Amino acid sequence: MLKLKQVLDKIKTFITKASLVIWKYIKKVFFVIKPSLLAIGIGITLGFFVMLIFNPSGAFPGLIKIILGGLQQGMKGIGDVLYQATPIILTGLAVVIAFKTGLFNIGAPGQMIVGAYTAIHIGVLWTLPAPLHWIVSLILGTLAGAIWGAIPGILKAISNTNEVIVSILTNYIGTLLVVMLIKKNVYNFAYAKSLNIKATAALPRIGNIFGSSAVTIGILIAIVMAIIIHYIFKKTTLGYELQASGFNKEASKYAGMNSKKNIITAMVISGAMAGLAGAIQYSIVGNNLGTTIDLLGAGFDGISVALLGLGEPIGTIFAGLFLSNVRQGGFYMQINGFPPQIIDIIISIIVYVTSISAGITFALRKRKMARENKLKLKEEEND
Amino acid sequence: MINIIQLSFVSIIPLLIVALGGLMSEKSGVTNIALEGIMLMGAFIGIWAIQILEKTGMNVQLVYLLGILIGGVVGIIFSFFHAFASINMKADQIISATALNLFAPAFAIFTARSIIGGQQVQFNSVFRINKIPLLGDIPIIGEIFFSKTYISFYIGILLLIIVWIFLYKTKTGLRIRATGENPSAADSLGVNIYKIRYFSVLSSGFLAGMGGVIFVATTSSRFDATVAGFGFLSLAVLIFGNWQPGRILFAAVFFGFFRTISSAYSSIPFLSNLKLPREVYQMLPYIITLIVLAFFSKSSRAPKAIGEVYDQGKR
Repeated sequence: MLKLKQVLDKIKTFITKASLVIWKYIKKVFFVIKPSLLAIGIGITLGFFVMLIFNPSGAFPGLIKIILGGLQQGMKGIGDVLYQATPIILTGLAVVIAFKTGLFNIGAPGQMIVGAYTAIHIGVLWTLPAPLHWIVSLILGTLAGAIWGAIPGILKAISNTNEVIVSILTNYIGTLLVVMLIKKNVYNFAYAKSLNIKATAALPRIGNIFGSSAVTIGILIAIVMAIIIHYIFKKTTLGYELQASGFNKEASKYAGMNSKKNIITAMVISGAMAGLAGAIQYSIVGNNLGTTIDLLGAGFDGISVALLGLGEPIGTIFAGLFLSNVRQGGFYMQINGFPPQIIDIIISIIVYVTSISAGITFALRKRKMARENKLKLKEEEND
Repeated sequence: MINIIQLSFVSIIPLLIVALGGLMSEKSGVTNIALEGIMLMGAFIGIWAIQILEKTGMNVQLVYLLGILIGGVVGIIFSFFHAFASINMKADQIISATALNLFAPAFAIFTARSIIGGQQVQFNSVFRINKIPLLGDIPIIGEIFFSKTYISFYIGILLLIIVWIFLYKTKTGLRIRATGENPSAADSLGVNIYKIRYFSVLSSGFLAGMGGVIFVATTSSRFDATVAGFGFLSLAVLIFGNWQPGRILFAAVFFGFFRTISSAYSSIPFLSNLKLPREVYQMLPYIITLIVLAFFSKSSRAPKAIGEVYDQGKR
């Protein structure tokens, strides 16, 4: 009897201890992601107000649809969320890699589209056996993105040209180049878009778990990539050097690091991720590139994903899934009479709030300090 | 030939006006890659205003002018958010501008679909002036500059002169340039950095908003939630123009001319014989800008403090 009680006591203390540790961990995570949650909260609240103004009766069901997202449509819905999340996790990663090295890669749309075209070109024109075909597509697509990303990197390293401006230029050059190449090589005249890729070049779909959803093993590749990049930044010399030159260029140079090489390396890896995003998304039969000169939206989404993911590789997985889930919700809420663009309004508000959040915390701290100073002064007067 | 020159004016003028907008903002040290979004927003509301005003039977040119003005005012309001984020909240200027660029098309489509019922905002008026009396009769010059023209053409030229004189010949202009070069030094001489930057960013929004309306009104008969990347193109014009008004004009002419050729090259015998795809002509301005940037960035006249957050405490 006594023994049993002792054991029970032990278990009890263990549980309380464990729960304390877990609680501490949750608190820590919460503290880290608080700014993102705050921004999301503000974004959705303002979006809700917009919905109330335009269509009061549909606003509440619409809000619920946004929050539930793909979850409300069972496995098919979840599959669609994963499918849409795949490219934006990767473009998010692209932006994060540049961020960590102190660069801003706004060139993901261009890097992504050259990757996409490479995959389509190989998928349509080359003849290879099944697994090899799409593997080659992905590898060369990634390479194309890397080359496209190298341009702003090299210019930045050699002549200190602003990488943002060069990226904007390469976005348009890439998009125009791809339109030209589609028309020349893989054009489907009837639909004014690229031809369908061969079945051997298509990425394998994930079983039948997700119903008719188009989700492929691409989502697994994206998650693995995020983990690899995380590992590179946390555990390798390369990652350390990249971060150091992003943090303080002069100091890292003084420490003997080749900051020029680091800039180019970072942009190459960053472009590679965006290129992979394009290759994965267009290695699906029925996904075709058009011939209008529009920059790929998934490229710009990478910026939102990177910001929401707090500039961390692992964060992009969650941010990408979240963004994709909300998008899916926006797709469903068209029944309630809302154009799906409400989601982009919400996302842009989230991005804006994240951008000024540093300023907000600064202002709050300043106010707090001012108040404390006042109190001190009062106390001194009273003395 | 005259046809092509006049066609290219249609591209040149919005490019010029929006690039001047970018110049205003960047001279004070605030990067403005939100030009695209601001243009789009101005175009949306401005064209919508034109759609409503033209039904009142007002004079067509007056409708156009009012539309441009409304677009400009919308640009001021919208660019306020960029100013607030980058001046008061010490935000990364690229990120806050990206937020604006994301917001504008989403807002335009959402609002147009919710209120007008469709994504497109159409208008019927033709704003082209066939011939200006007297001046239009001058040979060649009259034909090029004073016939088959738009009132916005003269507005664009006027704005170029105003911005030029303003930035280089007035006290405020000098202060704007000083703020963009060395805000701490300017501040120590009693220049209110915040005020100057607000003024610059808002006037940049005014120009970009007007440019948006002019672009849509002269190239199309409807607004379809896009300004076709003209905002980013204007940014390239600004950089190619090396942040100097005179060279910006040259850059705008250069870019506008290539854009026109890309759509009209088949009617030019010499070019249609070359059999180059139109995308080549569309790409050329970007590629040349890239090359210029790569080789001449050492002699760049970009404002020194561009993109930097100004923190008074750090002085």
